[in-house]
Amino acid sequence: MTAAKPGSNHQRTIFICQGTGCVSGKSFDITAALSRAAKEQGLAGVNVDFTGCHGFCEQGPVAIVEPDGIFYSQVTVADVPEIVQSHLRDGKPVERLFYKDPVTGEAIPHHRDIKFYSKQQRIILRNIGRINPERVDDYIAMGGYESLKKVLKEMTPGQVIAEIKRSGLRGRGGAGFPTGTKWEFCHNAAGDQKYMVCNADEGDPGAFMDRSTMEGDPHTVLEGMTIAAYAIGATEGYIYIRAEYPLAVKRVRLALQQSEEKGFLGDNILGSGFSLRIHVKEGAGAFVCGEETALLASIEGKRGMPRSRPPFPANSGLWGKPTTINNVKSLATVPVIIARGADWYAATGTEKSKGTCVFALTGKIANSGLIEVPMGIKLREIIYEIGGGIPGNKKFKAVQTGGPSGGCLPESYLDQSVDYESLAAAGSMMGSGGMVVMDEETCMVDVARFFLSFTQAESCGKCVPCRVGTKQMLDILERICRGEGKPEDMDILQELGQNVKVGSLCGLGQTAPNPVLTTLRYFRHEYEAHINEKRCPALSCTSLTSYFILPDKCQGCGICLRNCPVGCIAGDKRMVHIIDQEKCIKCGTCLDVCPERFNAVLKVSGETIEVPAAPVPVTAGKPAAAAASQKE
Amino acid sequence: MTKADVQDKLKEVFSHFHGEQQELIPLLQETQARFRYLPAAAMREIARFLHMPEATVYGVSTFYAQFKLTPLGKRIVRVCRGTACHVRGSSKVLAEMEKQLGVKAGETTEDREYTLETVACIGACALAPTMTIDSETYGKMTTKKVAEVLGDSSKAG
Amino acid sequence: MSDITLTINGREVKANRGMTVLEAAQAADIYIPTLCHYPDLEPYGGCRLCLVEIEKMRGLPTACTTPAADGMVVTTGSAAIDSVRHASLELILTTHPCDCLECHRRHRCGPYDVCLRHVAVTDRCVTCPANEDCELQQVVDYVGVHKLRIPRDTRPREIDASNPFFTIDRNRCILCARCVRACQEITCIGTIDMSYRGYAMKVSTFGDLPLIETDCGSCGECMVRCPVGAMFPKDIIRPEREVRTVCTYCGVGCSMYLGVKDGKITGVRGVREGPVNHGRLCVKGRFGIAEFVNHPDRLTTPLIRKNGRFEEASWEEALDLVVARLGKYRGDEVAVISSAKSTNEDNYVMQKLARAVLGTNNVDHCARL
Repeated sequence: MTAAKPGSNHQRTIFICQGTGCVSGKSFDITAALSRAAKEQGLAGVNVDFTGCHGFCEQGPVAIVEPDGIFYSQVTVADVPEIVQSHLRDGKPVERLFYKDPVTGEAIPHHRDIKFYSKQQRIILRNIGRINPERVDDYIAMGGYESLKKVLKEMTPGQVIAEIKRSGLRGRGGAGFPTGTKWEFCHNAAGDQKYMVCNADEGDPGAFMDRSTMEGDPHTVLEGMTIAAYAIGATEGYIYIRAEYPLAVKRVRLALQQSEEKGFLGDNILGSGFSLRIHVKEGAGAFVCGEETALLASIEGKRGMPRSRPPFPANSGLWGKPTTINNVKSLATVPVIIARGADWYAATGTEKSKGTCVFALTGKIANSGLIEVPMGIKLREIIYEIGGGIPGNKKFKAVQTGGPSGGCLPESYLDQSVDYESLAAAGSMMGSGGMVVMDEETCMVDVARFFLSFTQAESCGKCVPCRVGTKQMLDILERICRGEGKPEDMDILQELGQNVKVGSLCGLGQTAPNPVLTTLRYFRHEYEAHINEKRCPALSCTSLTSYFILPDKCQGCGICLRNCPVGCIAGDKRMVHIIDQEKCIKCGTCLDVCPERFNAVLKVSGETIEVPAAPVPVTAGKPAAAAASQKE
Repeated sequence: MTKADVQDKLKEVFSHFHGEQQELIPLLQETQARFRYLPAAAMREIARFLHMPEATVYGVSTFYAQFKLTPLGKRIVRVCRGTACHVRGSSKVLAEMEKQLGVKAGETTEDREYTLETVACIGACALAPTMTIDSETYGKMTTKKVAEVLGDSSKAG
Repeated sequence: MSDITLTINGREVKANRGMTVLEAAQAADIYIPTLCHYPDLEPYGGCRLCLVEIEKMRGLPTACTTPAADGMVVTTGSAAIDSVRHASLELILTTHPCDCLECHRRHRCGPYDVCLRHVAVTDRCVTCPANEDCELQQVVDYVGVHKLRIPRDTRPREIDASNPFFTIDRNRCILCARCVRACQEITCIGTIDMSYRGYAMKVSTFGDLPLIETDCGSCGECMVRCPVGAMFPKDIIRPEREVRTVCTYCGVGCSMYLGVKDGKITGVRGVREGPVNHGRLCVKGRFGIAEFVNHPDRLTTPLIRKNGRFEEASWEEALDLVVARLGKYRGDEVAVISSAKSTNEDNYVMQKLARAVLGTNNVDHCARL
């Protein structure tokens, strides 16, 4: 441990994460309390600073003390005095707040030793957690805006495009179209006015990588965008951000202002003669606006409805002018490629998918958070090494990649390489980078229903397959989850899903059936159980589950009876309690409140437990014969 | 609210805009921030200001989930229905919230105290299931915490 | 002038640059089913029925939105196309009353026949104002959908009968957006637009007000473009024949067909080839002609006042009287008032008569009064 000597504190800086995850854990208050305490203690040499999202949201709020590299997890305001006195003043790190390995339980003091971080390779997220996102000088100190200088002083637009093409960078927004080629189309398109648009309308439930990038390192997005604008010849730019990301909006606006003050944006940038103005547009809550033509319609002030391509935005985009639309992560990668070269970048990843990809790892996983890994990594490495596996000794069931329109892959795909082609072949996709892990308690029919309910609600309504097809599919899935499925439903879902996929106008409809089609492919037995046996194997679908109080275990304590919200439990002191199955709303309260030592409530699906018709005296603990004689 | 009130408030909003069509969505956002919803009279004024058909303004207002055509409650409760929250049981949290407030998602309580909404993702997936009341975020929610959280917020208000 | 050549279903087809694949096919008499396309509206690509296969293009692009290009190789029917087309059509039908589709008697059944299958009146094709004139029926026949495997959504949707000339029945609406596009692109008023989104999307006015309370000019351009009878005129009588004429309401000179039955005008439709109006009409031309032409008070012969009462006269008699009386006045003693219902040419001749023959500059026009 690099325990610094007491008194040598003038070098230390404590960085508190102020990403949205940690902010919901009151990291603003923690920062304020730290500053106050450091001042009160007279620790003039100690800096209290903040950063964007460290990615390890599961452990939030997190803080890192540099140069010691000590990582504190789940910090609260109450921990502040101890951190200040023990660590910042006396140089003794607070072991109590160290991260503990979920498997071994061992405390790990250093940031770099935590598996969650050590297996990652951070290119897009390179600065996040290491700089204060509200200070442009921090970004510059990390080599920021050097690539822009290089591009403007030494490279022609054609050379920039060639470099990006050579790097093999593909769009990180979902479809994976080669970024350099996209720029080239727009560069070659005829037009007096061209536009550069940054797609920051990250609407996938369970995905927050674009938000974290903008909150943690907004300048890299601006730098990438300016380089892209130079390459295509655009003088106006738009960043389209979800209004639900107020912190990201705030930091991007601040970064724009700083960048303009420094001369990295505006007229005649760095004396090159190249000018660019960037405007922020806030989305108004429509997932479909992540689709590029819908996004353009929304910037123009219209209903966010996509239109058919061709013509592609490269030729006819915003107000009919040539337009390039790139995702936040694609743009954040650009400055690194320019700085370190296409060959360096292309050395990471697979043959067709170069570089790294960012995932928001969530669901039934020990280490939720934001990760960046090289393309070609195995799903198993992400889930078990970085993610720390499934908590609570539960069994892995499926992993869903690519947001609500991605597919659910079973255990047999865990050794699948993570790249555009392999995921597509498996029926899923890279998407924008959501990754949700599911365990044995997750019902795959319900999951398919859940994802489809999201995409169905977000359908813009323009084209028939998406508008009506997803609705019909959702109706069928809801029926199946209610136990009203019919044997032919699976065939209809399969066929309808395939047709919606092929027939829909835009990416939303073209991918919406993926969760249904993949669960039909890999978890067909769960559909069959729901339809044929009226049974939910994961005990998740409410209509198909029931609760019983086991007569041989109930002690007649009455806790369940008192807590039942609908009064459907009959019983008395020392009498076996009975649930009226007709009245039960299956809320599960009885199971939750039944004392662990009795464990008398059982949740089942597709079966019935023999119970007496009316409360009988408790037999639990008495000889079995007595119990049997009590039964009717 | 009288027509004159609406016009007064809007005059101030309009002063930040030029009257171009592409300003419709930001204009609606700012208008909603003032009125806490989009009154019909305001939408009509906006159509006039931007020289566009009233039906177009209505079409845009009803397309985006952010815009509300009826007044919102004093506090906005948003239960996250993102994937991470779903697999960690947000539907139960939502059901409990609906029960406690006596309204369905998307509705406002009769006393106009609360508006209950769902949100696709607030991006605090590691704290799933999550919910927010106004700008306050509550993580790792359970059905039991619902009443607690509501009590907490009414004290704060 | 044909300047590009493409191959459609193995046939070489000449087309003009700027045409879409659909237009090129139609010009060569190759049928591609479509419901949201309309010749004078911008392409929409919503109904997904005109999907085709084009070599070197991914997936199944829509013919109505894809620009035709020289050397393109297009196929308009294949197993993949048919599957999606069939599915899309089936999905459209789940939101449209179509119970007659399953009936083998469909073409022999009239609106007053008792339905032996007890289908509700509102769900029968034969009681629909667009029956036999319905594009959806044509497409269904072409694609061959006879039975729905997925349930139909029969929840009632709003009907707006407030407009005196036509009705909007959203129960039949298939959301092709032709009406909305017509109101925006053709009449440039934009009284109606799409509101809400996804499955809840609908055609509506501002605030879902009845049409009569809006700025709708009742021109009916939306109605004539409706492919299914979700917008239909209040007076529907099928004409026996049509007579081409020019509208007499104003001097614009819109070409129109008057539908005639039993010697009476039953309805009006614009002539698409009409050089002035390209098929478009205003509220007066579309809905106001039959009323005054068929009106019992309309004058059909000249009247001459004799003994304080108007009596019917022949044209010769009347013109002789006018010549005799007008001849008594000269110059500024006379004023001439012309009519907006006359053509420009007639009005020109009228002022010529006033200035050159009657010698007066007192010429005026009813439109100024």
